[in-house]
Amino acid sequence: MAEIKVETAGKSNVVLKKSKLAMTGSIIKRDWQLYSLLVLPIIYLIIFKYGPMFGNIIAFRRFMPGGKIYGESWVGLHYFRMFINDPTFWNVFKNTLLLGGLTLIICFPMPIIFALLLNEIKAKKFKKFVQTASYLPHFLSIVIVAGMILQLTAVNGTINSIVEFFTGEKIAFIQQAEWFRTIYITSEIWQTMGWGAILYLAALTTIDESLYEAAKMDGANRWKQTLHITIPGILPTIVVLLILNIGSFMSVGFEKILLLYNPLTYETSDVISTYLYRVGLESSNFSYATAIGLFESIIGLILVLSANGISRKLTERSLW
Amino acid sequence: MVGGAVMKESKQYKVFKVFNVSILLVIVFCTLYPFLNVIAQSFSSESYINAGKVTLFPRGFNIDTYKTIASDNMFWINYKNTVVYTVVGTAISMFLTTIFAYALSKKRLAGRKFLTVFAVFTMFFNGGLVPNYVLINSLGFGNTIWAIVIPGAISIYNMLIMKSFFENMPEELEEAASIDGLNTYGILLKIVLPLSKAVIATMILFYAVGHWNSWFPAFLYLDQKELFPVTIYLRNLIAGVSGATAAGATSADNLTQISANIKSVTMVLTILPILTIYPFVQKYFVSGVMLGSVK
Repeated sequence: MAEIKVETAGKSNVVLKKSKLAMTGSIIKRDWQLYSLLVLPIIYLIIFKYGPMFGNIIAFRRFMPGGKIYGESWVGLHYFRMFINDPTFWNVFKNTLLLGGLTLIICFPMPIIFALLLNEIKAKKFKKFVQTASYLPHFLSIVIVAGMILQLTAVNGTINSIVEFFTGEKIAFIQQAEWFRTIYITSEIWQTMGWGAILYLAALTTIDESLYEAAKMDGANRWKQTLHITIPGILPTIVVLLILNIGSFMSVGFEKILLLYNPLTYETSDVISTYLYRVGLESSNFSYATAIGLFESIIGLILVLSANGISRKLTERSLW
Repeated sequence: MVGGAVMKESKQYKVFKVFNVSILLVIVFCTLYPFLNVIAQSFSSESYINAGKVTLFPRGFNIDTYKTIASDNMFWINYKNTVVYTVVGTAISMFLTTIFAYALSKKRLAGRKFLTVFAVFTMFFNGGLVPNYVLINSLGFGNTIWAIVIPGAISIYNMLIMKSFFENMPEELEEAASIDGLNTYGILLKIVLPLSKAVIATMILFYAVGHWNSWFPAFLYLDQKELFPVTIYLRNLIAGVSGATAAGATSADNLTQISANIKSVTMVLTILPILTIYPFVQKYFVSGVMLGSVK
């Protein structure tokens, strides 16, 4: 009995497999042109996105520049132990957290405030003018941004003219570690505030006008309306953008820092990505730098997953 | 708005409105000031710049620096490279992004969900700097245009924007076309793309600006001056790589410091194309961001 049962079960399994195969076959027959469109993009993703992910294997292997692309021999967690015992690593880790944290606390709310202020402007032309001007920095190459920052903070730059007017002295901003964070955050606001407001402005237009009418009847002033209608109205947008921002928390503006920092300011300006760039590509310690990079990426992934999870629990809004 | 006219505005709100307009004007001024300052410096004489006297308007007006840069061959070679990288890069990106987005937008596609996750995952986890560097060099892309235009060819974010645009197209259109005997390629080329001009324009702009502004891949993978894009030319001026450029060599006796007006002129010439098209194409960018938010 038992044997027969097994046999029939096996048979129906085979039949199932066959029909599944047939189905796959007919799907491919029907949609092969559609699938042919996918070939190049998938190859691209496998080579240029997933390839480097697997390339992280060299964090666990000894790697010789010019040697095998996946390294020579296993060394286990050697390179991870190395950076855990590296005081420079902990300094750049601290700098990364500080710059990322400051960006989140200071730069993230700016577009929201800016959008709320713009929302109170009824003159369409003026509003349009302010928006157009504020988007501009977004379109600049980071090299130009760095050039402008260096020019403004130079000893003969505009900021020093103002500083000199009030204090009689000039400050070599870009050479002083204590100024780096201020320069970084201020320029970050300049770059992102206008462009970042677009989604909030769009969300603001979707708020039902009758809600405001009702609030006015109840005697709520504009401030109360903002607090109880406007801000809740754009909250979903805020949450989604907050998740995205937390996800990129660790990847603080690598290119900008690379262009702006110098050995005199490493104490505050050097972050994980710039450190691994120097260790990896300038000093050719590929495996060591890869270990640091992998650590950074994993923290980034954990951050975005947990932010998404928490937001799904608390607000029922999430990226996926 | 109607209610606003009926109800009297409170005194505080009137005060706020004045404050609001002023603060927005200050924001606009601060946003534009760096641009104006760079433009002013590019037309100023060096002595005024070094004395810190150039702010909004040129002092000691001259166009000598523009002439110096214009006569620098390397600047034009690098400028031309930027144009080539932008055009080739944008073409490759558009081709790959469009076919990818179109295929994934078809609900009947088996494995669609898996493939979307496969793509989206790369937005949140990437291989990192060193593995990318090793890969690109082992592919033999060093000192070629491919190192610049291939590794970042598909932006998953842009692909998702296009995908959601395609998804919102009425399916009957394509059904009718397939009854008329068009195959998938024909439908994409003759039916879908002509109806997607707006999203295509937006995507082209996104990619083109990205390529125009890009510098880091060139910095990593190119070491021959003749291959540099103009952003690297500018980066070397800013970093004060003395003697690295002909401009530095022709301009002054003191090679150690590249003068501020040379940097300014290079910046102005690099931003110029973007500033020129910006007023006309701004709305496409904004609509692109909106499309992205629908997803």
